[in-house]
Amino acid sequence: MSYLRKVMAIVWKDVRAELRTKDILSSMLVFAGLSVLIFQFAFDLRADNVRLVLPGVLWIAITFAGVLGLNRSFILEQDRGSLEGLLLAPVDRSAIYFGKLIGNLLFIFIVELLLLPLMTVLFNVWLLSPALILVLVLGTLGYAAVGTLFAALSINTRAREVMLPILLFPVMIPVFVAGVQAVSRLLDGDSLADIMRWVQLLVAYDAIFIAAAMLLFDYVVEE
Amino acid sequence: MTASKKSSGKDTLWLILLALTGLLIVVGVYLSILWAPTAVNMPTEAEQLAQRIFYFHVAAGWVGYLAFGVTALAGILYLLKRQRRFDNLAVSSAEIGVVFTAANLVSGSFWARPTWGTWWSWDDPRLTLAAIVLLVYIAYLMLRNAIDDPERRARLSSIYGIVGFLSVPLSFISVRIWRTIHPAVIGTTSETAQGGFDMSGNMVVVLLFSIFTFSLLYAVLLHYRLKLEDMREQVEDLKMQALAEL
Amino acid sequence: MIHASKLVKAFGRRPVLRGVDLDVPAGQSVALFGPNGAGKTTLIRIIAGLSKLTSGRVQLGGQDVQKAGPGLRRYVGFVSHNPLVYDSLTAEENLIFFGRMYEVPQLDARIVQVLEQVGLAGRRKDVVRTYSRGMIQRLAIARAILHDPPILLLDEPDTGLDQQAADMLRSLLVELGSSDRTVLLTTHNLERGIEWADRALILNGGRVRFDAATQELGSAEFRRIYTETVGGS
Repeated sequence: MSYLRKVMAIVWKDVRAELRTKDILSSMLVFAGLSVLIFQFAFDLRADNVRLVLPGVLWIAITFAGVLGLNRSFILEQDRGSLEGLLLAPVDRSAIYFGKLIGNLLFIFIVELLLLPLMTVLFNVWLLSPALILVLVLGTLGYAAVGTLFAALSINTRAREVMLPILLFPVMIPVFVAGVQAVSRLLDGDSLADIMRWVQLLVAYDAIFIAAAMLLFDYVVEE
Repeated sequence: MTASKKSSGKDTLWLILLALTGLLIVVGVYLSILWAPTAVNMPTEAEQLAQRIFYFHVAAGWVGYLAFGVTALAGILYLLKRQRRFDNLAVSSAEIGVVFTAANLVSGSFWARPTWGTWWSWDDPRLTLAAIVLLVYIAYLMLRNAIDDPERRARLSSIYGIVGFLSVPLSFISVRIWRTIHPAVIGTTSETAQGGFDMSGNMVVVLLFSIFTFSLLYAVLLHYRLKLEDMREQVEDLKMQALAEL
Repeated sequence: MIHASKLVKAFGRRPVLRGVDLDVPAGQSVALFGPNGAGKTTLIRIIAGLSKLTSGRVQLGGQDVQKAGPGLRRYVGFVSHNPLVYDSLTAEENLIFFGRMYEVPQLDARIVQVLEQVGLAGRRKDVVRTYSRGMIQRLAIARAILHDPPILLLDEPDTGLDQQAADMLRSLLVELGSSDRTVLLTTHNLERGIEWADRALILNGGRVRFDAATQELGSAEFRRIYTETVGGS
């Protein structure tokens, strides 16, 4: 399927460029790490209270690092005007959306991959269960789906990258609530079956917003 | 000649509606404060009085959601038809919606204080949802503010309006599930939370009256706000013309 | 090959193109002149598929741009103000990317061919960040012709180039224009434009004001015509 190949070409391009400069990933990782550190000092995360706050800390670190990555993926295109090159290509504009989405997901997943073991070690809480990872994946998917669309939106405004969190956070509250609650229940010892409602909500969110973003992306980039 | 006659006819109609709305509001105030029966399971008099805010609070909330729906719909219509009037409708409705939603939140606080002892509670899903809706509205208006080109502003804010509106039911569900798992611990009993009192027949009458009045108020405000937007557009056009002739 | 009738483009309330009629047969080289703000860039972007027209009709190779899908863009190669190449990638990686986006067959061989044509074969593995402006422009052209499009559009390709780069560009354009490719170019350089093109158009105030073959046209004469046509702007 040539559509799929073009989507993957965009992903390949972004990954290749990132491998060379390591700009985006390094800033995301540092930011995530710093967030965790700040929360450690802000809440004095001792052993007895850590389970209460940890899910929130995890999601906030992902959210903030994610904003960095989402922004940069489009800002780089805009600064060099290279978005035009993508728009010239003989492919449906939604391919650009999916290409960017997959790229963003990859970067955020890498951050999460490093964040989970780090937090496991720092706070002595086992975060590497499959159920937790599933919740993280589903939540990140929804977050990135909306975030990619809004990042493309934001760079068209005067405020540019500052606009993204303002637009994004109110709309991703379902992901946040579901993500934090699900992780919290899992850390309390609940099984996957117990948090099914949250998982369903995340799946619904992902489906609805990927579909909506795919349809609306065209309107963001048209001239 | 006929055009101005027609428009002055319409203008008169709206003036009548405006006057009517004002009248209904006065009647509504009387009904909710003096005529509506006192809620049954409210222990103190302060709570009983505060409960009457309910009629205002719910109606304001209802209009807030309605206005948001109109904004989202206008956004869809703009993307499909590309007519400026749809964007005008979207922004007018959003501005009015912000006011009503904020009124919903503030009146909710005034009700909460004597009833629950706090100005705010995160435990009530509907209050939390109203706060979320307010944030989306504000983000919408901030987005519009950050774009100078009218076409781009209309197009991009339409997109945000649609996505924002889609997120509201999901936010509601998420907060709902959250709060049924952790029941309210604030306040005397959870029955004093919204909808916790028994609604007698007359209360329903007053509530419906309120909602109707507020909807009418919304329509009237929308009309005048739209006229303002039309005038603004005309000024913009005249400016363009003048600049082009320089 | 390129056909436009009653083409109007307005940005909101501001009209830029007020009814352009254009007919470029296949194989012709056209130079488009006009002062800033005349609508040259807007026109070329609409033909390239980057901008939507407000009203009128544009056809490429007989197909209506508004009705045909994104596949129609395959017929166009575009060199714009922006180089449209990624400076943290090498020239080769850039061309691999665009080659995939345009589904260019036998990509590796084609990349070698194209880089030789623009004189960048030796710098294939170098990251674009190390390139000079002239080299970037040449790579941009390489990108534009990679998929061998029958239509080539260039928007002021000579801006900001030093003499050597501009000369290289000129010989490249002569080469490109001589094949059965349809080339449309905008430029502020009247002499070069007249010398290179088969046909000259002057756009002003959103309309075509002058349209003639360049064969009989001397550069001095054309300069006079241009100044007259463009007037006080």
